[in-house]
Amino acid sequence: MKPEWSQWAQEAKKQFPEANSSLLPLLHRIQDAEGWLSDETIHDVASLLGLTPQYVESVASFYSLFYRQTVGKNVIHVCVGLSCALAGSDHVMEELEHKLGIREGQTTPDGEYTLLEAECLAACDLAPVVQRNLRFRGRVDATKLDALLTDDGKEVNS
Amino acid sequence: MSQQYYLLRNREVPNIDEMPVYLAHGGYQALRKALNDFKPEELVDMVKKSGLRGRGGAGFPTGMKWGFLPNDGRKRYLVVNSDEAEPGTFKDREIIEHNPHQLIEGIIISSYATKAREAFIYCRGEFLFGSEQLKRAVREAYEQGFLGENILGSGFSLDLEVYRGAGAYICGEESALLESLEGKRGNPRLKPPFPAVAGLYGGPTVINNVETIANVPVIVTKGADWYTSMGTAKSPGLKIFSVSGRVQRPGNYEIPLATPLRTLIEDYAGGMLPGRQLKAVIPGGSSVPLMTPDKLDTPLDYESILQAGSMLGSGGCIVLDDHVCIVGATARLVRFYREESCGKCTPCREGTYWMTDVLDRLEHGLGTPEDLDTLADVADNIGGKCFCPLGDASLGVLVSALKYFREEFEAHVAQHACPMGERLYDTINN
Ligand SMILES: Cc1cc2nc3c(=O)[nH]c(=O)nc-3n(C[C@H](O)[C@H](O)[C@H](O)COP(=O)(O)O)c2cc1C
Ligand code: SF4
Repeated sequence: MKPEWSQWAQEAKKQFPEANSSLLPLLHRIQDAEGWLSDETIHDVASLLGLTPQYVESVASFYSLFYRQTVGKNVIHVCVGLSCALAGSDHVMEELEHKLGIREGQTTPDGEYTLLEAECLAACDLAPVVQRNLRFRGRVDATKLDALLTDDGKEVNS
Repeated sequence: MSQQYYLLRNREVPNIDEMPVYLAHGGYQALRKALNDFKPEELVDMVKKSGLRGRGGAGFPTGMKWGFLPNDGRKRYLVVNSDEAEPGTFKDREIIEHNPHQLIEGIIISSYATKAREAFIYCRGEFLFGSEQLKRAVREAYEQGFLGENILGSGFSLDLEVYRGAGAYICGEESALLESLEGKRGNPRLKPPFPAVAGLYGGPTVINNVETIANVPVIVTKGADWYTSMGTAKSPGLKIFSVSGRVQRPGNYEIPLATPLRTLIEDYAGGMLPGRQLKAVIPGGSSVPLMTPDKLDTPLDYESILQAGSMLGSGGCIVLDDHVCIVGATARLVRFYREESCGKCTPCREGTYWMTDVLDRLEHGLGTPEDLDTLADVADNIGGKCFCPLGDASLGVLVSALKYFREEFEAHVAQHACPMGERLYDTINN
């Protein structure tokens, strides 16, 4: 357990009328710092909030944005919703698999990138859409893919 | 097209997401007016009179929903649904990213009207920028004294918290959302009791969509009569339609209800891509039945769309042209429900799995004539037999596709291949 976590747990609890509501915010905060949620982290969060590890695990496993396995420094989500598919998202996925040398669901050996599918990201006006660490890139094409992998991470919202 | 904006004001006022700019353009004047000139009950009446209906999908009258709160002295909550994840819908995202103060002003007025002392925005986990914008705007609102104790000296106090989800479409369903907000898995609750009676932490709770609440300051400023001067008697006012798919200008369009579907697609969204013909429209998000081109003159109001065999839903309008395979498009959408089924009840969990399997088989040319009956049979075992509306939602496009485009399904079987080359996407030149 990192020393600051108990402070974070206290802050999260204070935000809500009932302490259980602090579970998701605390998981988010710790994952933001650690990159993922290990078994040990699940145990630590449980003890910080007075919950059982089984309970924390059952909650964490419900949500697709909580990572229970290590992920790359950059998590790339390719939207595979219908509107993005109509704008070529399947090609975007293929192109990324090719560029990164991995399949969907995998992480590059150097730990830089994880490539994942996302269900409709509610940005169909920008289709096809990709997120890097949850920052949107819209109207992605082959040239933008290179930028997406290497630029400074500035978000493109429109 | 030149247009006046009431909800997407960011389109005409740059940086309206910043407090000083919002204030300079009349921001929080509706809040002052509401607190100074109206009792809570009068505001509920005003919203009732405006005829505003929920923009999250179901179209339930907002004022009536507010009226269901029991008068039993328990602490009340207001929860805003910003989980926007219905495929084809992206209107709430624009509001929270680019006009968040209008939502917050609406939340404060709505909380005053419903006597809620604490409010929450449940923001979809994938909306990282949107949640940052909301958090900043909330902080600014506290600094200005629009949130917190004794707001503008009115005696009314309100706390507002932004809560991030973590990736689950089902958490847009209001009872699953409340579970998630209580730190649990997002499984829907049995209803009744409805949230108005037993919602967040068991207390009386109002849940409304982002766009619904963003309408409230407009109604307070312009009045209920102005609001009902647009649309129809049963579907009054303004609605944002999100148009995506094979049109020239995908985007959000804020228009009066009852505007014809043709106007939305051909004028606002710029019409079809060059040389393409309209094949079908999903007018209200992925959960509603397809409409065929002969229905293009249908006015976009709740009743007319229902009469035309579909639903207005969330206003997420997905446009398919003659180069899109209907079987492939249907497979893609049904797969979404398989991925997002919460797994609580069997017909939805297993049924969406089987339907996806059969549809993929058909699309890849491996289907048999019996597969069409299997699809109909599985659909029959889902419809009306699920714990929450997600199960039924998985059927909207499928059942209508089987009805209107049956020969296309049959052609996949007969030719042992997709006649269109399994095409969802092609560039305009090939
Ligand atoms: C599966 C499912 C997903 C839903 N997703 C959303 C959503 O993302 N946003 C939303 O506002 N309403 C969503 N709803 C509708 C909510 O349950 C609820 O009716 C709505 O938030 C009420 O607000 P309104 O009356 O202002 O529309 C969903 C419903 C279902 C069944
Ligand atoms: S219908 Fe689907 S989403 Fe709804 S409760 Fe059942 S399994 Fe869960």
